[in-house]
Amino acid sequence: MSTPDTPFEKYELVVGLEIHAQLSTNSKIFSSDSAAFGAGPNEHTSPVSLGLPGTLPRINRQVVASAVKMGLATNCRINLANRFDRKNYFYADLPKGYQVTQDALPVCQQGYVHLKLKGQAQRTVRINRIHMEEDAGKSMHDKDNRYSLIDLNRAGVPLVEIVSEPDIRSAEEAAAYLSEIRKIARYLGVCDGNMEEGSLRCDANISVRLRGAETYGNRCEVKNLNSIRNLQRAINYEFKRQVALLEKGETIGQNTLNFDAGTGETSVLRSKEMAYDYRYFPEPDLQPLELSQEWVEEIHHSLPELPEDRANRYTRQFSLSGYDASLLTAERAVADFFEELVKFTGNYKSAANWINGPIQSYLNENNLEIAELPLPANIFGDIIELVDSGKINHTAAVKQLFPAMLADPRKNIIELVAGLDLLIDTCTDDLDHYIATVLARYPDKVSEYHKGKKGVLGLFMGDVMRLSGGKIDPGKTNKLIIQKLEALK
Amino acid sequence: MSAVKTYNSLSEVKSDLLNGTLTLPELVGHYLDRIAEERHLNAFLEVFGDEAEAQAKTVQEKIMHGKAGKLAGMVIGIKDIICYKDHRITVGSRILENYTSIYSSTVVERILAEDAIIIGRLNCDEFAMGGSNENSYYGHVKNYADNTKVPGGSSGGSAVAVQAGLCLASLGTDTGGSVRQPAAFCGVVGLKPTYGRVSRYGVVAYASSLDQVGPITRSVEDAALILEVIAGADEYDSTASSKPVPAYSRGLASGGKKKLAYLVEALSSGGIDPEVKTMTEQAIQQLKEEGHTVEPVSFPYLEYVVPTYYILTMAEASSNLARYDGVHYGYRSPNATDLESTYKKSRSEGFGNEVKRRIMLGTFILSAGYYDAYYAKAQKVRKLIRQKTEEILNTYDFILMPTTPTPAFGIGEKIDDPVTMYLADIFTVQASLAGIPAISVPAGNNSSGLPLGLQFMGRRFGEGELLAFSEHFLELTKQKVIHH
Repeated sequence: MSTPDTPFEKYELVVGLEIHAQLSTNSKIFSSDSAAFGAGPNEHTSPVSLGLPGTLPRINRQVVASAVKMGLATNCRINLANRFDRKNYFYADLPKGYQVTQDALPVCQQGYVHLKLKGQAQRTVRINRIHMEEDAGKSMHDKDNRYSLIDLNRAGVPLVEIVSEPDIRSAEEAAAYLSEIRKIARYLGVCDGNMEEGSLRCDANISVRLRGAETYGNRCEVKNLNSIRNLQRAINYEFKRQVALLEKGETIGQNTLNFDAGTGETSVLRSKEMAYDYRYFPEPDLQPLELSQEWVEEIHHSLPELPEDRANRYTRQFSLSGYDASLLTAERAVADFFEELVKFTGNYKSAANWINGPIQSYLNENNLEIAELPLPANIFGDIIELVDSGKINHTAAVKQLFPAMLADPRKNIIELVAGLDLLIDTCTDDLDHYIATVLARYPDKVSEYHKGKKGVLGLFMGDVMRLSGGKIDPGKTNKLIIQKLEALK
Repeated sequence: MSAVKTYNSLSEVKSDLLNGTLTLPELVGHYLDRIAEERHLNAFLEVFGDEAEAQAKTVQEKIMHGKAGKLAGMVIGIKDIICYKDHRITVGSRILENYTSIYSSTVVERILAEDAIIIGRLNCDEFAMGGSNENSYYGHVKNYADNTKVPGGSSGGSAVAVQAGLCLASLGTDTGGSVRQPAAFCGVVGLKPTYGRVSRYGVVAYASSLDQVGPITRSVEDAALILEVIAGADEYDSTASSKPVPAYSRGLASGGKKKLAYLVEALSSGGIDPEVKTMTEQAIQQLKEEGHTVEPVSFPYLEYVVPTYYILTMAEASSNLARYDGVHYGYRSPNATDLESTYKKSRSEGFGNEVKRRIMLGTFILSAGYYDAYYAKAQKVRKLIRQKTEEILNTYDFILMPTTPTPAFGIGEKIDDPVTMYLADIFTVQASLAGIPAISVPAGNNSSGLPLGLQFMGRRFGEGELLAFSEHFLELTKQKVIHH
């Protein structure tokens, strides 16, 4: 994060996230209107979601079930007795002049998730609470030159808000935490996790303090971070901004901030003095919820294997690293693909590398889900077998064979290998010749090797590979090069 | 005056409809005439004349074919706070002056399903806030017994319409006495059911944790019948109870000797009118002579009921009325230039003074730093009031009290003194805070001919016993609604 001799090292970043996840229920939280995304303006409305005089909310049981699932999956305590409150404020897309939410008695409290970052020890981020609430509508200020327009399709769409404790210490951890929550929500099927469409939204509470300090600094809340990247940018920007202020001897204003994705900077939306007084009080139109222990148990038993459990199982069962396992289990469908593949190969590490490497790159580049991959899992079992038995070279398999297969998914793999001329020459004479040519080309490097600089091996290896057109077995070649070098000593 | 006589119950109407001396179109015609004759009372905000006449023909047909519902023959007015699809609803406010409801309340659907004829919308205090019907944007309502007196409120139009024989019955709403108090001032029957007995869906909210729809009628029998139709579970109101609804109208004869309590503090309170006190003492005497037990009990929280009630209802109202913001529907100030001024000007111009007073006080009550001192404390006191009331009702079948400390007061007499106005609710808000059913029945007139009302409160969901006892009391005292 910082180079030596900067003031940044003296400070510690402290972040807590508030994540709003739109639930994928068919209907809204307090009415039977469709909760689907994408209808024409105000098509998914009824007297209840329009907030017309005389209307009353009624709770959608699916929403409670989704919130309980999310709570169980994040190790929360489920409050069997919980209730809704009103949060009062005026806004044009808030039709009742208040939002029905849970303030004093949320459905879930005191949970945690574990984070596994590459090359770091496992971190725990505690969850303060998860509560249910209704979404507001949408105001559009750029569709008409005189008026702002309001679409109330989203008004009453169910949300859970997941509030973490201030346990996050870097932008990377914040990203990992948000990914973990997204992953869990998608595993459970309670939220599609689509940040672009706004199904998952994030506010970050950011503060800094001197390392070793016991108390937290003044925090700023950055609103509406609509991507993991912007979350990290906002955190890094705020860290620098706040440290710079403190170093100048100034104090941090406890403000609500907006993040401009264009400039990468934050600006003040509301100062502390301007903060709303939401006048929370118990929602008198809804009975307090009384969940039965049996119902919660039922939900518990119906939960799928969760990403963390699955990843732990992969490290045990397949001896994968925590990082590899965590990547594989990020998406339920990807993990399923992996489990299908390992039915056809015993080389688990290689199976994981194929999925986390070339397959994911291909999917990302083409914006595809793994279900849309045109190749079945067992094909990758065949490729791994060809590589492991020394018949084709791994690099050639990735760089040449895989694209060819994607281009023509129905073609026989052996024919493709033959057509691309990828089969490794088993003739040692040719290999001997290539090695001799390369060693003759770099007498200086050969003597460097003899002086102990083993790193030059890679250079020889690369040139031999090029001369052979990639049709050599790297393991065997490596051994042969060393033999020749030793012989030249 | 038209040739049709004044009916006091649906059974009287039905009997004449069946013996052919009356047709429903004639009856509706009679009420339309009466409404026109008494227009100066300002009870109706809108009369659904053509619709009522058409409906009269339809229901008459149904009656002749023996296919009519329970309320066939009942011509009813609805307080203008109850939504009726494709009909205007103003809630007595300028802010909803030109607002038409796109859906019907559960109570309207239920009475229509039983063939009631809705003849019009009835005037009321703005957003049901008031005890005199002087807070309506559409003008005050006059008491039929004395046009210089208020009819009570907030269901003033509903009470006067029944008192003056402009319709047979009406629906009102009662948050702190808004059915019972005008019923008492107008000498008719007014019932506030147990909280949760009747669905609130489609009833514009004043204070959600207390609002209940209740019938205003000329007989206990009709009150029972209407309650039987409108009560019961509703999937659109999760605060509506799923307890089965008894056939209240068929249980009115059940009797037996009862135990009643009256509150010492109520009869000794300084604000009670001597004639109201005498009326109550006479009722107590009559009941005792009939063999019922009537005993004094102490209710030490009486002086706290009014402040507790107002703190809670103002808090809820400040939130319930936030939706009238000039953005989505209702009045929008022509002077507004942006969002902020749309809110400020629309609400300042659209709401009347009493409504604004309660919104401001309610906002203050819920504010950070004051919540615990007011709202949270009032909730605690409400719990104590409910517990103490229930404790009394564990020992006694009913609590007896005058409905109001005084008879109807003069128009304009209290309107500039909100605190005095609020204190007039002292005998009705206890049942509201406790969530128990309570009824006001006519108990004679005072020396100036103004009606007086006696109130009985019963156990939660004990409407059956409460109605039967009220019927018994009216038989005993030979009190009938004044015939006109």
